[in-house]
Amino acid sequence: MTTVAPEAVETAVSDVKPRPAPSRSPRRGRLLAGAILIAVCVAFLYPFAWLLAASLKPAAEVFDNKLTPDTVVWGNYAEIWRIVPIGLWLFNSVTIAVVAAAAATLSSAFVAFGFAHYRFPGRDLLFGLVLASMMLPAAVTMVPVFMEWKYVGLATTQVPLWAGNLFGSAFYIFLLRQFFLGQPRDQYEAAALDGAGPLRQFWSFAIPAVKPGLILVFLLEFKASWTDLMRPLIYLRDAELFTMPRGLKTVLDRFGGGGDAHWELVMAASVLATVPMILLFFAAQKYFLDQPRR
Amino acid sequence: MTTATMAIRTRRRLRLGWALVFLSPWIFGFAVFTFGPMIASLVLSFTHYDMISSPEAAGLANYRELVQDPYVRKAIANTLFYTAFHVPLQIILALGLAALLRRLQKGARFFRTVIYLPAITPPVAMAAMFLLLLNGSHGAVNQALRGIGLPAPNWTTDPAWIKPGLILMGLWTVGTTAVLYLAALQDVPPEVYEAAQLDGAGAWSLFRHVTLPLISPTIYFTVIVNTIASLQYFTEAYTMFYSATSAASSDGDAALFYVIYLFRQAFTNLRMGYASALAWLLFLIIAIITFLQVRASKRLVHYEGEPR
Repeated sequence: MTTVAPEAVETAVSDVKPRPAPSRSPRRGRLLAGAILIAVCVAFLYPFAWLLAASLKPAAEVFDNKLTPDTVVWGNYAEIWRIVPIGLWLFNSVTIAVVAAAAATLSSAFVAFGFAHYRFPGRDLLFGLVLASMMLPAAVTMVPVFMEWKYVGLATTQVPLWAGNLFGSAFYIFLLRQFFLGQPRDQYEAAALDGAGPLRQFWSFAIPAVKPGLILVFLLEFKASWTDLMRPLIYLRDAELFTMPRGLKTVLDRFGGGGDAHWELVMAASVLATVPMILLFFAAQKYFLDQPRR
Repeated sequence: MTTATMAIRTRRRLRLGWALVFLSPWIFGFAVFTFGPMIASLVLSFTHYDMISSPEAAGLANYRELVQDPYVRKAIANTLFYTAFHVPLQIILALGLAALLRRLQKGARFFRTVIYLPAITPPVAMAAMFLLLLNGSHGAVNQALRGIGLPAPNWTTDPAWIKPGLILMGLWTVGTTAVLYLAALQDVPPEVYEAAQLDGAGAWSLFRHVTLPLISPTIYFTVIVNTIASLQYFTEAYTMFYSATSAASSDGDAALFYVIYLFRQAFTNLRMGYASALAWLLFLIIAIITFLQVRASKRLVHYEGEPR
């Protein structure tokens, strides 16, 4: 079961609705604010530019801190691609993240629908348990869960990285329940009168109605899976099975510092680990930043 | 019994049945991946277990050991130090950024994107990059510090500066919290400010007595969530200072955070019993700190009468 990254929690409850800024703020104040924001932007974007530049430099020039390399060495990417199976790692990361995100989304929606649309004794207690389980540090269950996977013979496969997501994840259940509660009940009742069973009500009426919520959960879990290091460290031994962060860590251990440093290769691998997430972010920016009101 | 009441009963039973169908994945997952492991972890914490031979009963030995273990003390101190600076600094910076963004009429969307980008960067990539940006002699951060005449510490090698370096790096991902505060600020109705201004409130007192109370529920939420996450800080520090092969970190123990120590006890030293005891101590620490924060919030957090 995936622990939701705290930033995901924060993102998910954020919502932004444009409202004109107060017009009374004096012009000088606004200019100062603009100047500070530009400085902040530079501070936030500089590391990305630096990283990209460093990944294209010869080894000796990584530390010159220039944002435009004197000599552009595209070969760094070819080199890292040749030395480690980075294409495979990217493929592993994409497939695991897609499966993990799809599993978490569907199972959490299924459970959330149960909490939103059925009334039964003990429901609130059970939902309280769902919420309480979010507080449990992952460290408490880490060792026994590893033992379980070892017991069923899957401890060194990629299965533990997504299979826990098949059973719903507390935070996403909470989130999607809010989405379901925001839907009018009459359409289900109408559907029920038309003879639609609960499964059809869920699949044909409830699911399409909460699409923005599903996309949001998918994105949050994709990001959580894409950026996770700890579980790949615990479960993946064979380099062919590595995810991108797990592989990047071995690249860093091998080429960073230590003996013959090749930081340019480490930086090229870091770029490759970052770019897919940034592309996804730009493709789905509105879901990340403008989340619907709950 | 009339047919009508029988029909109602059957329907009720049917509904309960369907409710169970919908909840069953979670119930199963909770049993297998949360509750069962919790019990197992508690039992294991009273054993010695290396995953090869079967567990041996150890009584309170693990707990006795962790009370005396100097590394545990070091790891707790490091983790509390990091949390005590990381959480407040993030929140202050996020509030400042959100307040600035709110004043913006054009480009707010662009700035929001910019400050959010670091938050979606994989922490391993970020950590690898910051090992170089924070490098003592050649790093860009120190180049800038020297440029304005400030001291340029060895952020990645000097034990006294490793944690400040990590705290500084953590500020780069302030975007998620800032975006959240911006949303909260934009929910404050402009009339509130107009009224306060008519009463002659200055900028600071406006912020202190109007803005802060109105967004205090959001701040409270981020304090709790960020603190819990911060007490489990792992990925960035592990990436920068530890590896599976090295016996210890490259810097003494300045970057020995609690979960790193726990992780290494479990998966490097295969001391599953001791790691389980460590996990329960962490749970206890998190529970106590969260409890104190919840209690403090009763005095400090202001809730509007009606959720909008």
